[in-house]
Amino acid sequence: MTRIDITPEALKVLKQLKHQHGELIFHQSGGCCDGSSPMIFEKDDMYLDDSDIHMGDLDGVPFYMNQDQYEYWKHTHLTVDITEGRGSSFSLEIPLGLRFIIHSRLLSKEENTFLNDKS
Amino acid sequence: MSYSKPKFKASYGNFINGKFVEPLGGDYFDNTSPIDGSHIAKYPRSQKEDVEMAIDAANAAKDNWEKTSVTERAALLNKVADIIDENLEEFATVETCDNGKAIRETLNADVPLSADHWRYFASCIRAEEGSVAELDEHTLSMNIKEPLGVVGQIIPWNFPLLMLSWKLPPALAAGNCVVLKPAEQTPSAATLLMEKIADVFPPGVVNVIHGFGPEAGKPLASSSKIDKVAFTGETTTGQLIMQYASKNLNPVTVELGGKSPNVFFNSVMDEDDAFLDKCIEGAVLFAFNQGEVCTCPSRMLVQEDIYDKFMERVVERTKAIVQSNPYDVNTQVGAQASNDQYEKIQSYLKIGKEEGAKTLCGGEANKDGDLSKGHYIKPTILEGHNKMRVFQEEIFGPVVCVTKFKDEAEALEIANDTLYGLGAGVWTRDAHQLYQIPRAIKAGRVWVNCYHAYPAHAAFGGYKKSGFGRENHLMMLSHYRQNKNMLISYDKNKLGFF
Repeated sequence: MTRIDITPEALKVLKQLKHQHGELIFHQSGGCCDGSSPMIFEKDDMYLDDSDIHMGDLDGVPFYMNQDQYEYWKHTHLTVDITEGRGSSFSLEIPLGLRFIIHSRLLSKEENTFLNDKS
Repeated sequence: MSYSKPKFKASYGNFINGKFVEPLGGDYFDNTSPIDGSHIAKYPRSQKEDVEMAIDAANAAKDNWEKTSVTERAALLNKVADIIDENLEEFATVETCDNGKAIRETLNADVPLSADHWRYFASCIRAEEGSVAELDEHTLSMNIKEPLGVVGQIIPWNFPLLMLSWKLPPALAAGNCVVLKPAEQTPSAATLLMEKIADVFPPGVVNVIHGFGPEAGKPLASSSKIDKVAFTGETTTGQLIMQYASKNLNPVTVELGGKSPNVFFNSVMDEDDAFLDKCIEGAVLFAFNQGEVCTCPSRMLVQEDIYDKFMERVVERTKAIVQSNPYDVNTQVGAQASNDQYEKIQSYLKIGKEEGAKTLCGGEANKDGDLSKGHYIKPTILEGHNKMRVFQEEIFGPVVCVTKFKDEAEALEIANDTLYGLGAGVWTRDAHQLYQIPRAIKAGRVWVNCYHAYPAHAAFGGYKKSGFGRENHLMMLSHYRQNKNMLISYDKNKLGFF
């Protein structure tokens, strides 16, 4: 059971970015403008610590979210997708004219018990 | 009356050292209009080398610019304001074309307000002084304000000309040179302004570079040859910018959005009068600028004993919103600025419904007639509770989430239950609430019996994860300066230590 998944279209782009840039991470953003969308960076570009929750790996790329934000998101399952668009963040897919976005659904009762009650 | 798409050149350059120059690598990107997906023009896809050229130009200009008198700097800022005013319609149509917002907003708000911010800082810098303290009969402490040097500014796409006009004037007034990067979704207004003011400032004082965040934004934010970064955008990039600044031990100011509560107490319905009408409008302001505002009043809190009657009026007013061609002066709500925003908003509408939020109106894309070619979302009211994701995350669309509260304590509890603290609204006829509630809300701007006013001279900035720095006010000058303290002894006698 996972908290996070990726669509085949997004996976294709992810593989392309890995080929281009090497090791990567996702970080979920919040706030204004291009916020509430996932960003992808080279692995060592962003300083991470215990306040960043590891949500899972997508084709070996870890996906993080800040702890505070996670508290409001943890009852939902996330799917990273890709769409045409133009963000203005530092996310690496932007020059491709594409943008990662998040689709969400509620965790099923079973998933919720497995993912959120075990800790 | 309706305007139409303005004319553009085939391509534009970066504005560096007083001239438009082609990107060194020769690459451009296509900019399109969110109104109908049509092509606007090609803009430079700048790389690190272009950014460095701009930073070098700014560094070369800073010593002379710093020495200009405040009289001269103020005169130049006023000149920019006059140029913006003289070209109101041109700026308004370009802004509407680039961003998708309704022309009535660009004509009446974005462009005139932009001019006013230039004038405000032109006057501030003339009126301002350092300070002197006589510490004892022989010792004088003198504070002189000095510019930082070169400032990097990264601005968002929701108010392209206005956000530029929030950031450039205080930095220039304080005596800094600037390298500014507009958002890649909306490069046109900044370019038009540089065309109009190309000769106003000495070469290198203002530089504008275009391009994508990872290729042009990052080299600007992480450069060791700048002295400060100012950014408006989202939290992850805000964190990265602070991280890069920490490597250079540079100051930063960041404005990172919010999830602003708009609180309506029961006294608003004591009378059915002009004030109640103002309150209803205040609730519907969530749809202003398609909800693409950092301070969008996207959480509506209504006291339970007036909830049904009040919401009936709010829903009725929301349904009456005219969403149409943004070039038409009667259009009230236009298109979302980009496809990814459009998709993101729809994704939130879906999860909101899944979490159990009830749709009171809207709730879907607007594909009526020609609108199907652009990115239009119907103004939407979702009813639910504050723990839902749609209540906690910035959707950046014309979507408000409404919930009830029992009393003042519960109103405050809900209002402050958010990661952010940029804006808030309080609506009441109660004299005590007028003061006490705004004081208890943890946000940098609380509108009291009004909303979405952004005049120069009223400080604007965030608490909590909404960032820091206070724009639109004299105090922003201090974010673009350092303080030189001269400690002067008029005593002829030695200390006597050695």
